This record gives sequence, C-alpha cells and structure tokens, in this order.
Amino acid sequence: MDLILSSLSQGLLWSIMAIGVYLTYRILDIADLTAEGAYPLGAAICATGIVSGLNPLLATFLAFLGGMGAGLVSGLLHTKMKIPALLTGIVTLTGLYSINLKVLGKANVALLRQTTLVTQLQDLGLSKTNAVLLIGGVFVLVVIALLTLLLKTQVGLALRSTGDNIPMSEANGINVDQMKIYGYMLSNGLIALCGALLTQNNGYADLNSGTGTIVIGLASVIIAEVILRNLTIGWRLASVVLGSILYRMIILAILEIPGMDADLVKLFSAILLAVVLFVPEVQKKIKIRPLAGTDKTA
Amino acid sequence: MKKIVKTALLGSVTALSALALVACGNSDSKGANSKDTVKVGILQYVEHDSLTAARKGFIAELEDNGYKEGDKITVDYQNAQGDQANLQTISEQLTGDNDIVLAIATPAAQSLATVSTETPILFTAVTDPLSADLVDSIKKPGGLLTGTSDQAPIDKQVDLLGQALPDAKTVGILYTTSERNSEVQVEEAQKLLEKAGYKVVLKGISTTNDVQDATTSLMKDVDAVFVPTDNTVASTMTMIGELSVEYKVPVIGGSTDMVDAGGLLTYGTNYEALGRQTAKIAIKIIEGADPAEVAVEYPETVNLHVNEEMAKKLGIDVSELSVDE
Repeated sequence: MDLILSSLSQGLLWSIMAIGVYLTYRILDIADLTAEGAYPLGAAICATGIVSGLNPLLATFLAFLGGMGAGLVSGLLHTKMKIPALLTGIVTLTGLYSINLKVLGKANVALLRQTTLVTQLQDLGLSKTNAVLLIGGVFVLVVIALLTLLLKTQVGLALRSTGDNIPMSEANGINVDQMKIYGYMLSNGLIALCGALLTQNNGYADLNSGTGTIVIGLASVIIAEVILRNLTIGWRLASVVLGSILYRMIILAILEIPGMDADLVKLFSAILLAVVLFVPEVQKKIKIRPLAGTDKTA
Repeated sequence: MKKIVKTALLGSVTALSALALVACGNSDSKGANSKDTVKVGILQYVEHDSLTAARKGFIAELEDNGYKEGDKITVDYQNAQGDQANLQTISEQLTGDNDIVLAIATPAAQSLATVSTETPILFTAVTDPLSADLVDSIKKPGGLLTGTSDQAPIDKQVDLLGQALPDAKTVGILYTTSERNSEVQVEEAQKLLEKAGYKVVLKGISTTNDVQDATTSLMKDVDAVFVPTDNTVASTMTMIGELSVEYKVPVIGGSTDMVDAGGLLTYGTNYEALGRQTAKIAIKIIEGADPAEVAVEYPETVNLHVNEEMAKKLGIDVSELSVDE
C-alpha cells in the first residue's frame, strides 16, 4: 500500500509534465523534444536556488520561468527560423545540456540536507509520501484551474484553433506564430516546474535526469486518451493526470512481477507502451468497420 | 462491438492495476514468513562492468562468510538501467522489502537515502560520499548510510605517469561533464598534474557518441591521456584503446577493468575487491552494528595494474615501474 501511495504521489508530480506535453502535442499538434532539456533545467534552477538559500517556493517558481525561457527559444527557432518542430526540439535540447551544466555548476547537486517544499511539510509532521501527495495535489489543482481559465479566454481559444487548423486560424486573423510561441513557453514552463518539484522529491538534481522524460509525458497523455474521450478542456487536463498516475502504476506492476529479470524491465516497459499506443488504432479499426457512417466522433 | 472493446480496454487497465496490487500484496507476505533469513536488496544504477564486478564481489564475500543466497540470505537485485525516473519506485520497493540494501553508484545511493526511514543502506562505487550528502563525515556517517568509496589515490597515478613516460609534457584529461564522480577526480588530477609541471588540457564529453571525436582531437595535442573512473569513458575504453595505439598516446588511470579494455596502466581500485570489502561492512551491520557509527572505507585493494599488450603496442617499457606504498 505504501508503494501504491508513493507511486500515486509521483504520478501527481509527473502529471504536470504530462500536461505540458499535452499542450504542445495535442493542442498545438507539435512533438516537442525541448521537454527533455526543460525538465533538468527546472531541476537545476530549483536546486541551485535552494542551495544558495532561496525560499523553495520561490526557487520552484523561478524554475517555471526558466522553462518558459527555454520554450521561448524553441518557439522562435520554430516560427521565425522555420526549423521543423522535431529538429527545433533537438537543437534546444542540445544547447540546454551546457546551460543546465552551468546552472547546476556540476553534474549532480545533492539536496538531502537542504530545506525543500517536501521537508517544510515534513517538519509540520507529515510523512514524506503525504507531503508529496499534498504538494502534487495542490500544484496539479492550481495548474489545471489556471490553464482551464486561460484556454477559455480569447487567447486560449486562438491557441487551440491554431493547433486544429492553421489556415483557418490565419484567415480569422490569429497570429499563428505568436500562438505557437505561447504554447511552447507554457508547455516548457510546466515541464520545468515538474522538474523542480521532482528534484525536491528525489533529494538531488542530476544533469542526466531528462533522459526518457518525454516518453513518460507522451505515454501519460495517450493512456488518458485511451481511457477517456470527448471531454471538455478542463476534464481533459484532469484525465491526463489520471493517465500519468496509471503510467506509474504500470511501471510499478512491472517492477513487482516476482522473479523479474532486472535486465528485462526496460523491454517490458517498451512492449507495454507499444500495446497502449496501439489501442487507439484498434479502437478505430473496430469502430469503423461495422459502424461506418453512423459514428461521427470516430 | 464498440462497447465490447471499451469494456475490454477498461478491463485490461483494471487488470494491470490489480496486478500491481497483488504483486505488492505478495511482497508484503514475503516479509512475514521468514525471520532467520536476512533479506538483502541491491540497487545498481546502470549496467557497467565495474559496477557489476562490485555486485558480484559483494555477493561472493557474503557467501564466503556463510551468508549463502537461498540459505541464510535472499538477494533481491534490481538494475535501474540508468533511468532516474524509476529510481524512487525501485528504492521504495527495496527498502520496504529488505533488511539491508546495497546501493551501487551515486544516484542509486542518493535515491535510497531520501526514501529509507529505517532500513540501513550500504553504498559502493560512490567516489565522494561527502559532496553527495550521503554521510555527515567519513569517520562517523551519522545516519542510515555507510559503505565504500571507490576513490583511488590520484597522486600515485601522476607519479607512475612520470616513470612510464619521462618525456611527456602535455597531459590531456578525458571525462564526462555529467558525472559528478569524474569531476571530483578531474579537479584533483588537474591540480596534481600542474603541480608536477605538466601542461593540462581538459576535454569534456556528454555521451558515448562524443568519445571518438573528443579523443581524436585530444590525442593530437597531448603526450598522454589521463582518465578518471568515469562510467561513459569506461563504456568506450576499447575504442579509446584503438585510438591510443593509432596516435601512440598512452591512456593512464581509471579502474583496472578500464585498463584491461584499452588503457596502459593504472593504480586503481579493484571493484570485485571493493564489493567484497563492502560485504564485510554489510556483515557487521547484519550482526547488529549501527550504520551511523561504522566508518566509510576507502578501497583496500588498490594495485598497480598494467596492460602488457598495450605496453608492447605502444613500445613502452613498464618493467621498472614501482609505487611507494
């Protein structure tokens, strides 16, 4: 039970990354690899801030701003220099390696003896898991609430229409490039925020921690879509949180298989991920054949 | 039809979650039935020759002291395969299920340190446990963690370099910028080499893909290359060895495994022996010692290790080398 609660708490923290990925991948229809650089950037800014004596909440917020900066760079590369989205992400990610190393000062910074959001709550008498659950819950709620409000404003609607149909949006007088840049900034800001929260949970910031994070984000988004569909924007963001928690549970399940060969864990994760990613296609195929023409949502 | 699919999907998700629950239930019941066997968990950060050697040495030494796997102890081995996102889950699993957990390499130790509330954690292959915040001090760790560092004396390496290559003037250092353990050694090596009168050229890499270019460009400018015990460099030692022969620039330093793969010589840590040394600390703790009071140890088995084949290929006489103990 402890393990499940802990996976739940981590799932909550990771869901902020998943929401960030959702913004670019689904709302703007861009696969953005900047995420793998923005995540350790958030961790680095937050860790360095905390070590140099900043209030952990302020350090976490600075991480969010730093991530937005990284998103701004990607956004400009993509829209002004017309670099394809996938390459844009790779370019920024490559550059961020050096930036992250400079921010962190060294490859690994320990936070075990520092005051973080987690230890602040622990000092109030909460267990570590409960502290993380509380932090995750509060941040997720705030992020979803603010994003839902934002996406319903004029700018938010313009952002969503940009992802749906660029020519139509342009025809309606939307500055598509500007919307994409906003999307990039918001997305990477959230991913860096996730990095900042997880580094406080982990007790250290590590330069290599970004590797594989995009997979976690994408998998969470797609698991959410497999389970729940046709939701309003607020509930869609909430479903991503559920997807993220389920992804951690799946990983836990694989790790808990008795007598599991440690070398094969990654292979099993990959197979499971492939199966999950295949599900929408199966759904589509089965739906279309017998019900062609009658199901408008398919 | 559509409904069936949806139900099947929901079913499979539920089944997965149930699997997680059942699996957790299993491990809990495992904890209840055996009082006289000691449950040892092992968390290795990444697959790597030196780290694996340490793990094997650890298990072998336990066995030699009567703690045979399946008889008096159970071993629960997990490898995070370099994936930091899963470290915490694995750490919680291991600390929850076991009486004592061995952490191999720094990130594994840091992750276990944040998670464990009562399970003693042993670490090995951690270069600088102090800067990684694992212990209060080397003599008195003061918490649940103690273990062995893999830091070999670098001054001896510099001394050996002078003996093997009396004409060398410029020394290059190749290391991974994302590995804290390497940085610690590089800072020290640079200081010592400069003090000994060498000109030092630093070359940092970030992934195994950079190694060939970085090594080539470095070897063009230097008379010898020093490498720390660096995970990325270790994985590519064979290629570095080939370049070393091609450019006639010997590679010095690192672990004994690294020298076997493509280095000339090192005065370095034997990881198998380091694992055994860690097992001796483990036994003390299993038999009741308080980890807070058990000092962190530096490698006992440090020896001059020469790759004779490499020496022949490079035309270097290594028969006269000696180390002041």
